[in-house]
Amino acid sequence: MRARLGLRVAALGYLALLLVLPLGMVFWRTFQHGLGPVWDAATAPNSLHALWLTVLIALIAVPANTVFGVVCALVIVRGRFGGKTLLNALVDLPFALSPVVVGLSLYLVYARTGWLGSWLIDHGIAVIFALPGMILATIFVSLPFVVREVVPVLREIGTEQEQAAWTLGASPLTAFRRVTLPAIRWGITYGVVLTTARAIGEFGAVSVVSGNIAGRTETLTLHVQERFQSFDLTGAYTASVELAVLALLTLLVMTVIRKEGPRVDSDSPGDEALR
Amino acid sequence: MSIAIRRVTKRFGDYVALDNVSLAIASGSLTALLGPSGSGKSTLLRVVAGLEQPDEGGVSIHGEEATGLAPQERGVGMVFQHYAAFKHMSVRDNVAFALTIRKRPRAEIRERVGELLKLVQLEGFADRYPSQLSGGQRQRMALARALAAEPRVLLLDEPFGALDARVRKELRAWLRRLHEEVPVTTVLVTHDQEEAMEVADRVAVMNEGQIEQTGKPRDLYEHPANEFVMSFVGPANRLGEAWIRPTISRSASGPTERPWKQWWSASSTSGSKSAPS
Repeated sequence: MRARLGLRVAALGYLALLLVLPLGMVFWRTFQHGLGPVWDAATAPNSLHALWLTVLIALIAVPANTVFGVVCALVIVRGRFGGKTLLNALVDLPFALSPVVVGLSLYLVYARTGWLGSWLIDHGIAVIFALPGMILATIFVSLPFVVREVVPVLREIGTEQEQAAWTLGASPLTAFRRVTLPAIRWGITYGVVLTTARAIGEFGAVSVVSGNIAGRTETLTLHVQERFQSFDLTGAYTASVELAVLALLTLLVMTVIRKEGPRVDSDSPGDEALR
Repeated sequence: MSIAIRRVTKRFGDYVALDNVSLAIASGSLTALLGPSGSGKSTLLRVVAGLEQPDEGGVSIHGEEATGLAPQERGVGMVFQHYAAFKHMSVRDNVAFALTIRKRPRAEIRERVGELLKLVQLEGFADRYPSQLSGGQRQRMALARALAAEPRVLLLDEPFGALDARVRKELRAWLRRLHEEVPVTTVLVTHDQEEAMEVADRVAVMNEGQIEQTGKPRDLYEHPANEFVMSFVGPANRLGEAWIRPTISRSASGPTERPWKQWWSASSTSGSKSAPS
């Protein structure tokens, strides 16, 4: 009994010290002087632009990685070819690499001096210090989540259900849409949430390729740093709160979907693993 | 002939799963492919279904060449060992699947699903999900689902293999009755000799990618073509160099019947009329 109490105190204390307290401090500091200064900071043009940019990048990167992630997971689980192990390992690369290195490598390829960059710039496409580079960097760092969530579920369900659908007259596409996709939807949902959180919160890679031009290539995370370094603590706190709210919204959406979700198919192992 | 399998060979790498197999299956019959695991019986079934392409040879179904056809175009219904139930759909939607994707009118689907659920004795279960059914119920649902599109051929791949012995016996008898009600050409893959002998009109005994013997259950028992069939179908003892059938009449009570029948009716439940679980 006492041991259990001790464990509980330790776990909660750990969370409190590392998570709740600092986050609470940010909220408290933000609203310390009332809503007025917060509203002013949030509606400043650069701040609004940063919010918009963060959302825009997430709106592009998340669907891209969702589609790629599902296709990639299908290839990894069902494909029969030699480079499969390599592909499987490559997908994890963004987990292993520091985001700053990701940013630098993109810079090396796409900057004016890079071997693809000069050609692109000659054709009027700027990647580095512009939106395309920031999207690329975000896609890169958030790439593995959907793959890693979907692969085990796909392994678990196997191909029998799909084959049954074929013999019942379903085309491969119909079978995928009506049988496989619903079976892996929880893996996808969880992967999308993680991808979104990562895309919104990305700092290092985007910082290298964006050039941090306020009002043009500044995302919310970069905006926090920029405000902080300009001794505008209210601005920095406000942007932080916006980030936290975005993250909470993502979690909320997932919780809602989950509640509506697995009705009674409770013996599906894929679902079990995600609960 | 309903299904004609002509000199089919199938390899997986170096492994020869099917070695020049030919087999003719009569319309309306219930044929069992019987053999130990690894004998190629499931592969042969999957070749008929179009889920595997043969390396050599071909298959025709109802006189139509089917060798190059996709599973969707063959008019087959298939039941898998592990049910392959669509877990996210209710029993009703599972059974309706083939009709739904063919965009049949809703009223027609409802009526047909009702008939099928009655046929497999699952009327009260339409709104349940597969996870709420027992193994035997799931397999009957899978059977109803396979019958929905009125297949020309019904393929059963170890349909009772994942069920416990008691349910398996009940379903055997039930399947036999069902086949008499719905006389669609049926191929049953099994490693269970008792199951093959009790349910099927004809049995093809397979071993190492080849068919050893084809015939009526009784003929296989009474006139096994070789030692493998003799030892695999029914009890046999080795006496020196030869295999012999034990003399059942000695241990059986009552008047001596045909020994082949005694051997398996001792464990059959074909007399039971109760609904299988």
